Amino acid sequence: MDWLSPEEWTAVRLSLKVALVAMTASLLPGIAVAYALERGRFWGWQVLDVLVHLPLVLPPVVVGYALLLGFGRRGPIGSVLAEQFGIVLSFRWTGAALACAIMGFPLLVRAIRLSLETVDRKLEDAAGTLGAHPAWVFLFVTLPLILPGIIAGMVLSFAKAMGEFGATITFVSNIPGETQTIPSAIYTFTQVPGGEGGALRLTLVSVAISIAALWISEWMARRVRRRFLA
Amino acid sequence: MIIDVDLHHEQGDFRLDARFRSEGRLTALFGPSGSGKTTLVNIIGGLIRPSAGRVCVKGRVLVDTQQGIFVPRHRRRIGYVFQEARLFPHLNVRRNLLFGRWFTPRREQIADFDAIVGLLGIGHLLSRWPSTLSGGERQRVAIGRALLSDPHLLLLDEPLASLDEDRKAEIYPYIERLRDEGNVPMVLVSHSVPEIARLATFIVVLNDGQVTAFGSASDILKHARLFPRTGPAETGALVEARVLRHEEAYGLTVLQAAAGTLTVSRLDLPVGASVRVRLRARDIILSLDPPERLSALNVLAGVISAIEESFGASVDVTLDCGGDSLVASVTRKSVERLGLKPGLPVHALIKSIAFDREALGSAMPGNM
Repeated sequence: MDWLSPEEWTAVRLSLKVALVAMTASLLPGIAVAYALERGRFWGWQVLDVLVHLPLVLPPVVVGYALLLGFGRRGPIGSVLAEQFGIVLSFRWTGAALACAIMGFPLLVRAIRLSLETVDRKLEDAAGTLGAHPAWVFLFVTLPLILPGIIAGMVLSFAKAMGEFGATITFVSNIPGETQTIPSAIYTFTQVPGGEGGALRLTLVSVAISIAALWISEWMARRVRRRFLA
Repeated sequence: MIIDVDLHHEQGDFRLDARFRSEGRLTALFGPSGSGKTTLVNIIGGLIRPSAGRVCVKGRVLVDTQQGIFVPRHRRRIGYVFQEARLFPHLNVRRNLLFGRWFTPRREQIADFDAIVGLLGIGHLLSRWPSTLSGGERQRVAIGRALLSDPHLLLLDEPLASLDEDRKAEIYPYIERLRDEGNVPMVLVSHSVPEIARLATFIVVLNDGQVTAFGSASDILKHARLFPRTGPAETGALVEARVLRHEEAYGLTVLQAAAGTLTVSRLDLPVGASVRVRLRARDIILSLDPPERLSALNVLAGVISAIEESFGASVDVTLDCGGDSLVASVTRKSVERLGLKPGLPVHALIKSIAFDREALGSAMPGNM
């Protein structure tokens, strides 16, 4: 397919990589936090609740700048990661994935929480009386029942990551081949004369990916539902 | 001792004080709604932690608040069949049935899958999904699922409450077979006298969170005052009998009990089969002379063993009929007029209609 230039292709591939990594990496913490917020009542519950939802209400640029302060080379977390583990996030694609994961996290957690809310606790009690340890109850009963919510949350997280702009460009800048995702590439095209073609092509790609993601999630959710109600 | 309970529990305004021991193969927890039956089984099953007390099942201490013992539900090995079947909607019937098996140590997997599926008549449902089952089918699968986790005790919390009479009639025989042929003792929560009369071997009566009586089913069912909210109409004696012969010409079946023979409408049971008959106190008439030239077919001779002290209009008179114990509800005036007193020989006329349909061990068509 040569209707996209090599640079544009790079931006598309990078965007997909960043979004998939962001979505996958935030999945387990997302389930854990959703479970803790929905079922737990512990010290600091409200703090966690506010913290998780913060990216939803803060300007993305603020989140990006906070990441830069915390995870930059000289930031308190970034310096430790760089010195102890040799992991550098700022101005790398991994940093873009981190920014996207954080921006999408509240959406993921909310979707999972909503489906956890609808799970019939009595089914979990029943599983307990059948000899299942709480961990197995979660794995074999709760998790399958909230699968539709998890799928919905993953799609939201992926879509958010595909579209993330403010936090990403602030934290990891706009380096072609390293941190230039589709939104930053479109932004760059609109800033140079004659860039309209590239901006339009990437916009079309972006629309196509979003529709595909929605379609796949619908298909998966329908499969799950059919199993429940067959 | 199968169950040994001595506990106190408070939940908001509700107080439960339960103290009883049961040896029964099927122990019924009987009482009106709100009397604490479900709370009590939830405590036995480990879904609720009691405020104070002890729970022992088959000699194993499950709860002892003084010693700080509380065995979590998944280590109790107590099966629980809930009012609503609570089948897992994401698993088909076979996987629902085998769910508990995943968590049972291999050497303790005794329950035979095919035998239980056969006993409950659910073999044709194995590949179906719970959402496609009828209420009665769901409850049978739920019972099978609990049994296949190899429980030491099976709790049934009004498993038939949400079913209509026909569906109940469909499930009673299975519970009876479990009681008579299975090796898992059961606790059945119920507020229906006919139901416990048919199924229970031991009865614990609960009222407003208090155990007001417990004992063998035949002892408890004799006493009206134990059923304050259901009224004296429900008092009655349980009599075990065998099918003696069928009188096809009249459409009758003759039963042999210790007290004598009883004639009922034709039962679809083989000669020699055992049945349980409940004789309600209000359906028994006492006579000092052997009654003759009467249409009633069932007359048993006996001796008065006790007369309940009462200030109301009616009095419960207990009879000993060749070992079977019967209760008749008569007016205080009759007691005085006939001079009824313990030791007096009398004849008990049983209006045939008193053969309770639900109380008869197996389905029987109509009364006579």
